[in-house]
Amino acid sequence: MAKTLVEKIWDAHVVKREEGFPDILYIDTHLIHEVTSPQAFDGLRKRGIGLFRPKQTVATADHNVPTLNQHLPIKEELSRYQVDMLTKNCAEFGVELYGLGHPFQGIVHVIGPELGITLPGKTMVCGDSHTSTHGAFGAIAFGIGTSQVEQVFATQCLQQSKPKTMKIEVNGELRKGVGAKDIILYIISKISAAGGTGYFVEFAGSAIRSLSMEARMTVCNMSIEMGARGGLIAPDETTFEYVKGRKFAPAGEEWDKALAYWKTLYSDEDAKFDAVLTYDAADIAPMITYGTNPGMGIGIADHIPATAAQPETEQASYKKALDYMGFADDESLLGKPVDYVFIGSCTNSRIEDLRAVAEFVKGKQKADNVEVWIVPGSKQVEAQAIAEGLDKVFEASGFQLREPGCSACLGMNEDKIPAGKYCVSTSNRNFEGRQGPNARTMLASPLTAAAAAVTGKITDVRELLEA
Amino acid sequence: MKKFETLSSSVVPLSIENIDTDQIIPARFLKATTREGFGENLFRDWRYNGDNTPKADFVLNDPTYSGKILVAGKNFGCGSSREHAAWAIQDAGFDVVISSFFADIFKGNALNNGLLPIQVSDEFLAAIFAQVAKDPKATLTVNLEEQTVTIEATGAQESFEINPYKKSCLINGYDDIDFVRSQTDLIEEFEKNKVFKFY
Ligand code: SF4
Repeated sequence: MAKTLVEKIWDAHVVKREEGFPDILYIDTHLIHEVTSPQAFDGLRKRGIGLFRPKQTVATADHNVPTLNQHLPIKEELSRYQVDMLTKNCAEFGVELYGLGHPFQGIVHVIGPELGITLPGKTMVCGDSHTSTHGAFGAIAFGIGTSQVEQVFATQCLQQSKPKTMKIEVNGELRKGVGAKDIILYIISKISAAGGTGYFVEFAGSAIRSLSMEARMTVCNMSIEMGARGGLIAPDETTFEYVKGRKFAPAGEEWDKALAYWKTLYSDEDAKFDAVLTYDAADIAPMITYGTNPGMGIGIADHIPATAAQPETEQASYKKALDYMGFADDESLLGKPVDYVFIGSCTNSRIEDLRAVAEFVKGKQKADNVEVWIVPGSKQVEAQAIAEGLDKVFEASGFQLREPGCSACLGMNEDKIPAGKYCVSTSNRNFEGRQGPNARTMLASPLTAAAAAVTGKITDVRELLEA
Repeated sequence: MKKFETLSSSVVPLSIENIDTDQIIPARFLKATTREGFGENLFRDWRYNGDNTPKADFVLNDPTYSGKILVAGKNFGCGSSREHAAWAIQDAGFDVVISSFFADIFKGNALNNGLLPIQVSDEFLAAIFAQVAKDPKATLTVNLEEQTVTIEATGAQESFEINPYKKSCLINGYDDIDFVRSQTDLIEEFEKNKVFKFY
């Protein structure tokens, strides 16, 4: 029978299927970080058991870490405690930890792919909703709750009902100045922040195929922001090329066997999806959000949709979002002053993002009214950026290259946007208070963020590119 | 997880609708690294004044009411997915929550932790509140095997729904983890036949 990619991978991991029960699904790889793991370790202790397959779990510290002076102890007490607890737990339970100071440390969704831990055909979970990032390789990857973290620790399995599947095709060629971040913000603005609820989404079409691996990760990363359980892209030559030679990727004879298997991982021609959506790449402009959920996005030259144009039941919360942002109906965002620019997070902190920004800002200066933070996704990205001299470019432009971590993506560590300030951010969530109490977040691509950094206001990057 | 047997207990009545998880356990109490201790902050902002003195008129501070069953108004547990909400209720000594509607995620989290959410009709819920108003020590009996809940004083009874798998987990004192651990042979068998060893 014809199968979708999700079905192929899912069915290959079912340990037990029984009427009336959720499937018992085998999990190949479990990624953990300091925030959602402590209660799960504690649960094991209470049961008097260890990890069923400790070698299939990898840990890093990312949410609570500072991005300056990482060699010094973490200042904030609770953050330090959570990070220390992770170190202690990993030592006690025999889990590999790429903690602070380790050359592999970084945001959990950045280090998996770059180390060759993330591979096509795998099932992967993490107590973190942006686990969907790893789907870019043609893996089933999704976020889980703390009880489930404990379940995977104890059994290397999860009880899960098979999800519904959706295919989103983006065809044609992207226009100048438009990238992966714009594609996904565009899709979410079309189907809303809840439009993918209950689905696993497969991204397909010629525009998706033409994306690099890192760009594909940006797309899959934000599939959770439309409510989807996860997103994935069938592996192809681009994928294999990226994976080959990475630290934990299969090599030699195993590589050949793996490759032969990976080439079978695609949705069959006549496979049935529960829903199919199609978009034209040429319709996509550089995107920016104006509200407090990722679905509230517009093309950068468009105007903010009117409250009256919203469904009646949603008008009150729509209005509340605009008030929070300090925006009004029908306004254009172009020319609005910006206080902070944050380039980082598991959505856009990889080397290609940093290269794109460096190439754009080379020879330009940041505007006086903006503070610019560039936070690499991992130690390896940081090292690569320095090796390529990007740090010099940033320095000359007045951009600050910091040390790896989640940073200003969430107001949990020291990097917070002050109340009332506007931040153009390459991260994935613009919820109220996400970057700090009363901070105002506008999500955009690294290029659009860089354009705001050099002009000090919301700018259509296409104008600067043409100049 | 401990086994759920038949439970007879007086109740704590909380006749408020749409109680969300931010009320059950406010976000600022989520930085802890264990599951214990959340009970102290259950309904924190309803239970304590800004200066940490207890609000005398809140049911949890009122010695008239006690027991292992929390009875609450419609749509209990809406809001965020934090598992801490279920942990807090359990940590405060409750084994059962009764309401006429539960938010989905809360229900799942509760069952995963051995806290039994029982959905009854609006009428039956009203009858419970009425009985407790008459007698604060009124006893309810929850029989999970039979899937019934009974108001002892009047004999009024209603049956409730529960997923058969979850029911067997509760009755046997199994949680999902114990259940899947009991399938270790199958898991090991699966591993032997895995497509790739390096996964
Ligand atoms: S960078 Fe942001 S979204 Fe990504 S894992 Fe960290 S906190 Fe979560």
